[in-house]
Amino acid sequence: MSQGLPILSLVTWLPIAFGVAVLAVGSDSRPAAARWTALVGAVLGFLAGLPLWAGFSTAAGGAMQFEELAAWIPLFNVNYHLGVDGISMPLILLNSFMTVLVVVAHWEAVTQRVAQYLAAFLIMSGLINGTFAALDAILFYVFFEAMLIPMFLIIGVWGGPNRVYAAVKFFLYTLLGSLLMLAAFIYLYLQTNGSFEILDFHRVPLGFTAQVLVFLAMFMSFAVKVPMWPVHTWLPDAHVEAPTGGSVILAAITLKIGAYGFLRFNMPIAPDASHALAGFMITLSLVAVVYIGLVALVQADMKKLIAYSSISHMGFVTLGFFLFNADGVLGGLVQMVSHGFISAAMFLCVGVLYDRVHSRNIADYGGVANTMPVFAAFFVLFAMANSGLPATSGFVGEFFVIMGAVKVNFWYAFLAATTLIFGAAYTLWMVKRVVYGEVANANVAALADVNARELVFLVLLAACVLAMGVYPRPLADMMNPTIQDLLNHVATTKL
Amino acid sequence: MNTATFSLATVAPAAPEIALLAMVSALLVIDLFVADRDKHVTFWLAVASLAGCALLAGSMAGTASAVTFHGMFVADPMAQVLKVAVLLAVASTLVYGRTYLELREMLRGEFLSLALFATLGMMVMISAHHFLTLYLGLELLALSLYAIVALQRDSVRATEAAMKYFVLGALASGMLLYGMSMIYGATGSLDIARVAAAIGGARSSDALAVFGLVFVVAGIAFKLGAVPFHMWVPDVYQGAATPATLFIGAAPKIAAFAFVMRLLAQALGGMGADWQQMLAILAAASIGLGNVVAIAQTNLKRMLAYSTISHMGFLLLGILSGTDNGYGSAMFYVLTYVLMTLGAFGMILLLSRAGFEAEELEDFRGLNRRSRWFAFVMLVIVFSLAGIPPAVGFLAKFAVLQAAFEAGYGGLVVFAVLMSVVGAFYYLRVVKLMYMDEPAGEITIAGRADMRWLLSANALAVLLLGIVPAPLMELCARAITASL
Repeated sequence: MSQGLPILSLVTWLPIAFGVAVLAVGSDSRPAAARWTALVGAVLGFLAGLPLWAGFSTAAGGAMQFEELAAWIPLFNVNYHLGVDGISMPLILLNSFMTVLVVVAHWEAVTQRVAQYLAAFLIMSGLINGTFAALDAILFYVFFEAMLIPMFLIIGVWGGPNRVYAAVKFFLYTLLGSLLMLAAFIYLYLQTNGSFEILDFHRVPLGFTAQVLVFLAMFMSFAVKVPMWPVHTWLPDAHVEAPTGGSVILAAITLKIGAYGFLRFNMPIAPDASHALAGFMITLSLVAVVYIGLVALVQADMKKLIAYSSISHMGFVTLGFFLFNADGVLGGLVQMVSHGFISAAMFLCVGVLYDRVHSRNIADYGGVANTMPVFAAFFVLFAMANSGLPATSGFVGEFFVIMGAVKVNFWYAFLAATTLIFGAAYTLWMVKRVVYGEVANANVAALADVNARELVFLVLLAACVLAMGVYPRPLADMMNPTIQDLLNHVATTKL
Repeated sequence: MNTATFSLATVAPAAPEIALLAMVSALLVIDLFVADRDKHVTFWLAVASLAGCALLAGSMAGTASAVTFHGMFVADPMAQVLKVAVLLAVASTLVYGRTYLELREMLRGEFLSLALFATLGMMVMISAHHFLTLYLGLELLALSLYAIVALQRDSVRATEAAMKYFVLGALASGMLLYGMSMIYGATGSLDIARVAAAIGGARSSDALAVFGLVFVVAGIAFKLGAVPFHMWVPDVYQGAATPATLFIGAAPKIAAFAFVMRLLAQALGGMGADWQQMLAILAAASIGLGNVVAIAQTNLKRMLAYSTISHMGFLLLGILSGTDNGYGSAMFYVLTYVLMTLGAFGMILLLSRAGFEAEELEDFRGLNRRSRWFAFVMLVIVFSLAGIPPAVGFLAKFAVLQAAFEAGYGGLVVFAVLMSVVGAFYYLRVVKLMYMDEPAGEITIAGRADMRWLLSANALAVLLLGIVPAPLMELCARAITASL
């Protein structure tokens, strides 16, 4: 199984090492050194991950690939065990890609304590990769929790006026969930007679009550992370106050960790509880899709609007998972990757405007298309993708989830499909007010169009969004064997 | 067994204690001939004695358990590990406290010799194999500590703290002695091995022994500062001069762990079912109250006092599981806790200067602007105290939680993790002040180079132990299995 190079260790530790290097070379007086070191680190981290895509074998089914195993704490049988399957591999690449974009995007936007800012991002990127690759529960937990520290600092140090409140709220919400998960891990460790291997957790038989308790403990952790209604309230606060890069990573990546957790932990470890609680999960997801969609409609702040739109879209992901059919799960996964691109693009677009006008209020804009035509074109494209226009990646995931939902219950599909209306309504209405119309004020009149650096990330993201929308098959092919395997596993009772 | 012959082999297991006693006595005399401006001579002599004794104790680590002095004294692997930790902790305490003490003209021979006597007391406690030895060590430690707190005699707060500490400490000692005397009545012996044998399997039938146990546990709870016997902790922590607080907060916790192990696990192991219940209540109350009350504190030393209370609750969580797994985890917990405490108080001492105590939370405001490195040092220590990975505090909590879960205290574990979330809030406040606020006044980083290096190494150790915990964890586990 194992190959010559420990690729997963590389994608985990390379960004972290570069993060430390950035701290070492870049003092506050020399931001350039920090910036270039960070860019090299981010690009190398992404390149190091490419062999994962190239060398990934779809013939292996749901088995783990690129495995690495070493003893970490032999006393408790905790191992440094990494490996990826069709679910986690694309997410690692997505994260490594976003890290490059975030580093590019910060270039002129962040001027305070640049080295610490970039180091926090690189370290977090490595930790996120570790979270996706970890096959040992304690290793997963360590990466999962350690991630909170850089994110807490990113929101709290470089955020907006109410940043401290948002950072503390983010931290405590997430911590509460994850500590309960830790208790569940220890319980499972005792049930498996001393193993923290996630795959052993998948196999261990559990009684129904135990399954429900384990499910709920992990649910607390992942639902906060996703975030599902009603534990979503930290997200709008955190997003609004986070700097652009923070919002991008938060929306594009860290939310996915919650959804990933449902697939990796909840469903396979507690399949019977998952089935029993599917109605509960679907209800929460549909509330997120419909109710949060309506909430997004009335937002006056662009970042808040996109934050609510993220919650609504993530509702689609969890809805797809708990339909327990291939279409639903595939749709959910594709939606995860697609939302990664689209939400990142939307936040970066808002960031482009914010850097120039220093306002996120929709009312402060109007007629941007007149002064920033190139930017407007991209903004409209991403807005269309966000509302699920066919030929963009946003459509594929939603379509599959709705298809999956029809097979289970028509009304699920009906409610889910309302997002096509609400999503279009809140996104396009925002675009209309910001981009079109007469030039609203002197600030807008003075706007300069995107520069080369901004163009780079907008083009890259647009290419990803369109490519996934037109030809999602390579991604689907990579995920399908794992999904099949997972569904077969979940269909077998553990009682 | 009661032969009256004397040979070097019979005193050899106590070599580190004997060496330390010799050094303290020498130090007392040497100090008389050292002028006030040359006090660094006695200071380094004290640090060197501690380091030397640590080497001596460390070199004995491989040897098998040896009981000597007619069963009064034992040198087992657990004792050696704990002694090395105590000696290093005290040496670090002295290095951290030096500048502070010099500026306040407290770095005199009295402080150093009291510190070394207290250390000797801790070592005797750690190696006690008899209730009398245990009590002897405890009182040597406690009396030295009372005097160390009271040393700052022109400070009202310090005098008050010393008074409280003394009165409550004496009360605790009284309870302990009362409990011990009842156990003596029930078992007919004060020797730990014989008490254990006498208690054997026939436990709850003996009401006298259980009654004695209650007093012993109360005495232990007093010494540890577990709720509801915690009243002295915040006042003493806040009132004492910071180096004295550090002294009380660090090394004696290791000795207290040994004390609990000798009394409960070794002597009264047969009554486990009784004392585990008592410890469960103490642990739950300490973790709950410690974390909740800490939120309201504005004084960092007082906040750390409440944090100590909750940490002692976690320590009890490991001990109450009553298994080797639990004892080993608790030992790992106490060692790493002392490392973190040293770092936290070391930071307060680093920021203090003449006429200024950096003990309010506000004094850390904007530290990141003044010194990126020392803000990071404090960040690591604070997150470690909060139990956030990758710092070692997480693995320490994880170890005791899994032990308690295994022993069937699942509900207590869930309560403890929920309280950890409450605890995270006040630790986050420190990070927030350092990183997210602008500096209010001038922050100067005082402290000598040796202190800065030691503090940096201290924080890196907290981080590295979290990433490579296996050697220390296994050392603790092996020491426990070989000693019980």
